[in-house]
Amino acid sequence: MERLDKSEKIFKVCSYTLVIVFALLALYPILYAFSVSISGKVAYESGQIVLLPKDVTLQAYDMVLHDKGFWIAYTNTLFYTVMGTAWSMAISLTGAYALQKTKLLFRRQFNFLLVFTMWFSAGMIPLYLNYKNLGVDNRWGMVIAFGVQAYNIILLRNYFSSIPREIEEAAIVDGANEFQLFGKVYIPMSTASIATVTLFYAISRWNGYYWSRMLLSDPYEQPLQVYLRQLIENYQKLYDESPVNLTYSADSLAYAIIICSIIPVLVIYPYIQKYFAKGVNMGGVKG
Amino acid sequence: MKNSKIEMRKPHGKLILKAIIKDWRLYVLLLPLVLWFAVWAYKPMGGLLIAFKRFDPQYGVWGSEFKGIDNFINLVSGVNKTEFWQAFRNTFIISAYNLIFGFPVPIILALLFAEISNNFVRKFTQTATYLPHFLSEVTITGITLMLVYSGVRSSGIIASIFQQLGLLEPGVSMTQKANYFRPLYILVGIWKESGYNSIVYYAAIMGISPSLYEALKVDGGNKFQEIRFVTFPGMAPTLIIMIIMRIGNMLTIGYERVLLLYNANIYVTADVLSTFEQRIGILSGNYGTGAAVSLFNSLIAFALVIGANTISRNISETSLW
Repeated sequence: MERLDKSEKIFKVCSYTLVIVFALLALYPILYAFSVSISGKVAYESGQIVLLPKDVTLQAYDMVLHDKGFWIAYTNTLFYTVMGTAWSMAISLTGAYALQKTKLLFRRQFNFLLVFTMWFSAGMIPLYLNYKNLGVDNRWGMVIAFGVQAYNIILLRNYFSSIPREIEEAAIVDGANEFQLFGKVYIPMSTASIATVTLFYAISRWNGYYWSRMLLSDPYEQPLQVYLRQLIENYQKLYDESPVNLTYSADSLAYAIIICSIIPVLVIYPYIQKYFAKGVNMGGVKG
Repeated sequence: MKNSKIEMRKPHGKLILKAIIKDWRLYVLLLPLVLWFAVWAYKPMGGLLIAFKRFDPQYGVWGSEFKGIDNFINLVSGVNKTEFWQAFRNTFIISAYNLIFGFPVPIILALLFAEISNNFVRKFTQTATYLPHFLSEVTITGITLMLVYSGVRSSGIIASIFQQLGLLEPGVSMTQKANYFRPLYILVGIWKESGYNSIVYYAAIMGISPSLYEALKVDGGNKFQEIRFVTFPGMAPTLIIMIIMRIGNMLTIGYERVLLLYNANIYVTADVLSTFEQRIGILSGNYGTGAAVSLFNSLIAFALVIGANTISRNISETSLW
């Protein structure tokens, strides 16, 4: 046991207290949202819910789960997440592989053009006009036109370039071409990094909102986030229009909608933990 | 340098073609990436030209007529000048608040995490503080709006507390009062991102050699001297990189959050350049003026990155490039 002097002891006690307070504050709004979503109307409207639920009822969830629009949006988001992540990964992996090859002509120039997009963007209006011009207003358009991020490509590129040359040279001696090197040497050796970047892409697809709202013209193609936002804006009206006398409050309905939309993220969150901390620290962001 | 010899005889003309044919598979692998960035990132940069044009949908970006700097003059002294300067001012004020109040939190968190020797407590607190980063902006702002609204039947819990303390008149929503917007925006940012942003600082602290701490202890240094003379210098390169990136993103980050939190009643404190650009460009169809804001925004952001990078390279020898 190492001995601590007085200043170290004080610092330790303060650290534990502050860190636990901060963690509880970060979780509180989510726990509170969950509690209200399953609480009764009277208990909530008289201000009795502070942390734990009261007069537990699942009827708000019943209403959300019987909402057809909710399921359409959910299915759409699954589509955007799965297809979008696959598309982003295909482009990022092949590109990252090529960009780290020393024999690639104009390698420095290509890499510069990639990094440049992190610092200079065309801006909202030119992007919008470009999307409109090229017909990005439907499901496939959203998949294809979005989701390739320079930062993620740099992460993959840096990881690929850390793979020892000897392994590649041995494969070349055995007659492997570039496609085989990429598919049979580099990919199998980078599973952890690939998992990390896949998760980054998947989360950003799942959470995407702004451009879907701006571009998609058909309400049946909207992702969950756009639908969720519309419900949050209109839940009072939706609640008032309900024909029967409800045992939960309007706010419970709104919170139930929010909770339903984050369940998938909460379920996979413990599993992705070990990957993302690694991802953040994986290689510097140098050009 | 080892490669300098190779680079000295750069291939040109026929040699380039020969090299590409020889390694055609490599270029096939590169092609999708090049095409994607050409179409979705570089082509729209050409679209910035409409900042100097009178955009006519009939003729498109390239066919529209040149108008010089009319759009810019219109912006700074035309009908929208009050709105433009208000958004301009708000952008800088909110960014400055973010830098002053938001930037230090993850650093402090990382210092605290480094003190937690109990594995369970550290894992739990890290897991809890990273979580909001993975929830969508719509979710986070949705919960926030629910917590601060005031309604007829009920109010959000934060609004209720403010009412009970007499800080808020009953029936008035915090979201409709201009003076609440900036603190709310900053706090939401701290809640969502500070845990996640602490990861990179935590890694930097963990990378400091323990022998430095031992040496300071032998010399009789206390905990605060330890942070001052060992931890901070040890994480300085990371800190500088993060500051450069933060300054470079100053004008662009977080407009989605503003858009989701603000409303027409509080433009005076909440409207920023990007949201102004969205309203005037996309919603009102003034593409030329909107693109002028885009160009303005992108150029300032770019200048800020280059400026921050140059300064840091000169004073600390740490830089992005």
